[in-house]
Amino acid sequence: MDTLAGIGLKDEHALPLLEGAAAVDFLEIHAENYFVAGGPRLRRLERLRERLPLSLHGVGLSIGGEAPLDEAHLDALAALLQRFEPRWFSEHLAWSSHGGTWLNDLLPLPYDDATLQRVCEHIDRVQTRLRRRMLLENPSSYVAYECSTWDEGAFIAEVVRRTGCGALLDVNNAYVSGVNHGRDPWALIEALPVDAIGEIHLAGFAEDRDAAGDRMLIDHHGAPVDAAVWALYQRTLERLGPRPTLIERDNEVPALPVLAAEAAHARAAMRALGTALQEAA
Amino acid sequence: MNALVQAEFAAALLDAERPVPAGLCAWNGSDPARRFAVYRNNVIVSLVGALADTFPVLRQLVGDEFFDAMAGLYVRAHPPTSPVLAHYGEGLADWLAAFDPARALPYLSDMARLERARIAACHAGDAQPLAAEAIAARLADPASLPGARPTLHPSCRVLRSPFDVHALWVAHQQEGDWPAIAIDQPCAMLVLRDPADEVWVIRLAAGAADFIAALAEGATFAEALQRAPGVDLPATLALLLRHGAIVGWSSSTSEQP
Repeated sequence: MDTLAGIGLKDEHALPLLEGAAAVDFLEIHAENYFVAGGPRLRRLERLRERLPLSLHGVGLSIGGEAPLDEAHLDALAALLQRFEPRWFSEHLAWSSHGGTWLNDLLPLPYDDATLQRVCEHIDRVQTRLRRRMLLENPSSYVAYECSTWDEGAFIAEVVRRTGCGALLDVNNAYVSGVNHGRDPWALIEALPVDAIGEIHLAGFAEDRDAAGDRMLIDHHGAPVDAAVWALYQRTLERLGPRPTLIERDNEVPALPVLAAEAAHARAAMRALGTALQEAA
Repeated sequence: MNALVQAEFAAALLDAERPVPAGLCAWNGSDPARRFAVYRNNVIVSLVGALADTFPVLRQLVGDEFFDAMAGLYVRAHPPTSPVLAHYGEGLADWLAAFDPARALPYLSDMARLERARIAACHAGDAQPLAAEAIAARLADPASLPGARPTLHPSCRVLRSPFDVHALWVAHQQEGDWPAIAIDQPCAMLVLRDPADEVWVIRLAAGAADFIAALAEGATFAEALQRAPGVDLPATLALLLRHGAIVGWSSSTSEQP
């Protein structure tokens, strides 16, 4: 049922996918890559969507930004949603532009009441304008704010409660942020309402050290999913049951079969779970 | 309070001389500067990477190290104003023209213009070329032809340079061992996307460049001919037709039946 395993679509994989070079259950696209007037990228997506469900993943709305949302950006998203009819639409709990400058990174937010209210207002606007429920993704981050008063998990759960949005649980981000902030990644996952989680992301990270020599992980989407993240994913599935799961790779992108094999791993984990549940019943 | 946080954060991301924003911390009490550096690095490296994707020949011409340093300066001076990175780097050509360390290679600017035009052509709007019969019928009617105002495909762009960036670009479409190019001669090019989604960089004679540029600005055939007296008309029309570049007739033509 929900044992769909997909991959993030890269331009170079579009033709192999159309030729049936790999079995994946859905594709996720970064919305802003398709904010173009015409051409082959849009045309390939038209053909791919005839074969596979799509997930539209925004990286440019800056939902945590202090300024009002960019209405032209929302219009462009609405047009893409209408044209490609994706099954899911998601965005990040982060900010990425300020004062008309696009910073091209998912930047961290202080988890305080002012941020909570602003994020909820922005998500209300998104869901009203796009006339659909969005999924909000938990971020990876490297710094914390002294003024934060909420745990990340409780913060997201409260946004979900107030706005009715869903959650996109990025298990890699949960792990990366857990290590980077000296906290148990499971606490975040456990804080999220089970029914709200509509999609799961898995990706790879890089190892680094902070100024104290402690482990600091970089969410670079440039490596296979780490064993620790697979273990956390397994535990997550046991809590949630199967959920559409995506393998993200944006750097050092390997050949399509390599990504499809990671997706197959996730699919197998979800199906084995179903079997185990049936046997237990 | 958040407003101040983000303004300070954004400014510090793009300027490594600025102090790390106040109010940041780490769970283990370590200096947040090391952690903030991850964001600084992400912003610059990802945007330099976006420019490297758009300007591969420029990067080959100056070398990876020079390109990355130059692109880093450009990113800090002119960060994107939109998350649509397909449009980023529009201003690089003009910026390069005034970039002192590149003064010895004055053709870099026009190479940047060419590479940018290719990306723009790739993502330009779609338009169906006119059917060959429809065009043949119009060409066969000498009375209406001079007043006809063809609409070119949205991807069509004429570029001119005092340097032979066309030959240089063509040479760099193959791996290594680039032949010496006599760079000091002018060239004109048409950049366009054909109906099979192939992006072309076509060398043009000066007359053809003037003619197509006039059409692109909305001229009638007669007006374009006036601006390009030396054009080889049959060859130029054949080139446009072969690449599906004529997509309609503008309604503003007064002489049309």
